[in-house]
Amino acid sequence: MSRLFTILRAVFQPEPPPEARQSGDTAGLLATLFVLMVLVTLASIRYGAIDFTAREMWAAIASLAGAHGPLTLNERIFLELRVPRALLCLAVGAALGVGGALMQALFRNPIVEPGLVGTSSGAALGASVYFVLGGLLHVASSVWGLPVAACLGGVVATYLVFALAQSNADGRSSIVLLLLTGLAVNALCLSGIGFLSYIARDPQARSIVFWNLGTMAGANWQSLGIVGATTVGCVVWALAYAKPLNALMIGEEEAIYLGVNVNRLKWAVLTINVIMVAVATAFTGVISFVGLIVPHILRILRGADNRYLIIGSALLGAILLSLADLVARMALRPAELPIGIVTSVVGVPVFLSLLRNRQYLF
Amino acid sequence: MLQAREIVYRVGQRELLHGVSASFEAGRLHLIVGPNGAGKSTFVKVLSRLLRPQAGEVRYGDLDAGTQDERTLARQRAVLSQALELAFPLPVRDLVMMGRYPHFRGRPGRADEEICDEVMAYFDVQDMRDRSYVTLSGGEKQRVNFARVLAQVWRPLPGACRYLFLDEPLTFLDIRHQIDFMKKVRAFVEHHDVVAVGVVHDLNLAARFGDRLLMIDDGRIVAFGSKEDVLTPAHIRSTFHVDPVVVREPGTDAFHLIFH
Repeated sequence: MSRLFTILRAVFQPEPPPEARQSGDTAGLLATLFVLMVLVTLASIRYGAIDFTAREMWAAIASLAGAHGPLTLNERIFLELRVPRALLCLAVGAALGVGGALMQALFRNPIVEPGLVGTSSGAALGASVYFVLGGLLHVASSVWGLPVAACLGGVVATYLVFALAQSNADGRSSIVLLLLTGLAVNALCLSGIGFLSYIARDPQARSIVFWNLGTMAGANWQSLGIVGATTVGCVVWALAYAKPLNALMIGEEEAIYLGVNVNRLKWAVLTINVIMVAVATAFTGVISFVGLIVPHILRILRGADNRYLIIGSALLGAILLSLADLVARMALRPAELPIGIVTSVVGVPVFLSLLRNRQYLF
Repeated sequence: MLQAREIVYRVGQRELLHGVSASFEAGRLHLIVGPNGAGKSTFVKVLSRLLRPQAGEVRYGDLDAGTQDERTLARQRAVLSQALELAFPLPVRDLVMMGRYPHFRGRPGRADEEICDEVMAYFDVQDMRDRSYVTLSGGEKQRVNFARVLAQVWRPLPGACRYLFLDEPLTFLDIRHQIDFMKKVRAFVEHHDVVAVGVVHDLNLAARFGDRLLMIDDGRIVAFGSKEDVLTPAHIRSTFHVDPVVVREPGTDAFHLIFH
């Protein structure tokens, strides 16, 4: 509980603490986060529209191994809806958290996150184009068609934002310009999505709420497989770039002096980021602010080392998104809130405090 | 030995360096002087291979700098530039350790830790070890950076020279720290395998600390040699458009310029 208060205080604290903490017990913090993640996941499979007892959960899991005839309705809800949904929350939360950490390191700015620079909405547009065209033209589709379409959309929108916002000679973007351009491109993507949902036949694609605010309700084992594999692969890949990303913190020229091939680094990290975030978005819609809050909390707790931030963001992102989904399911039970509403309620105050806190920004 | 041969550097249509050639010896501090926009900083950036010239080549000993990969080069070449600003909180010690990045994969080794301790002691920043860089004053930040950059080339390399460049590092330092820093750089350059080339703005500082001075104006070398040969009233008048008086301290080789 006291840790929870520390985290809450950290989130709303307007200034970073004067001293960065020693990085000595980073491993301890990561272990704590891992345990928290397990606990949250257990809570998340237990509670919802229907609460399961521990015994029922065991029975359902055991029935998988034993295969003792047809499953009961409750067991099927548990195995086919609840468990994949809880695990998808972990994967998507990890993807968004790490996506935020990578973007912030790459652009050397704590206020960048996939939802603000067009990646998520571009991916959503790509996904809805796929739904609509797939439906209208009867395009033969594989399971990877949707994620690939989302990646294309994410790449185009992210590229558009950074190309339009690039102002300084040294290639760094002015942050105001970046945020405003992101706003414009997001609006463009969302109106594109609006139009497509208007003409769509696919019931999922028709739901504008789904694309705008995100939901975990569509989780199944297939989407979990795709998002989970992509996220794990991308996080491991990203860890290889933790050291050069640290060097980049002190500036592009300085990173080059330290032997980093900065252009290659930028391409690799942007690619990882867009793939990971776009695939997650394709199955859950646009979920904002997770990528902003998560690295912010971690930096306040143990500093800005990117190796720690990447691992920590995966864990804390998974925890926060699972909690958000739990709130989304419980608040108006048995109805559900879109998860983006929950993340925004927490995220917007953090975003505003970051914006107002000049010391933390350029 | 560091050699620049016929360096031409252009930005768009503008040619900033018009075929500059010079060679720099190990164990000496070479300082480049010249007016704003003369191409001093550009020249140092070409020498340190941040910028690649359109024509000519830079040779580090027998090697063409243009063909080396970033990491190999970074083990023998370090550049001190102006103070950094960070967007994120980072402990001073972690920042200094970045200087060792080209030397290890994964986690730092024992030698890397020792070197960090030594450079931090050398620049008197060991007490700031766990402080966050963003909370330091301008002068403290710059000293931490010096420690980081020297950590990169702190120990001799078997069979190769080390190269140290100074790209106007004295900005934001008060006079005491400027002199203190120049003394420390001088002491480091006493090593016979260190080639040092830097840009400083203050001619008197250059005269006091440079072994050899290189005066540049409009992308060309005006003079290269001892301070007596380079900082002559005629050169200063034609290059900086001010009238100097040279004052010598009796009994020493100290040398001061006063401008009218």
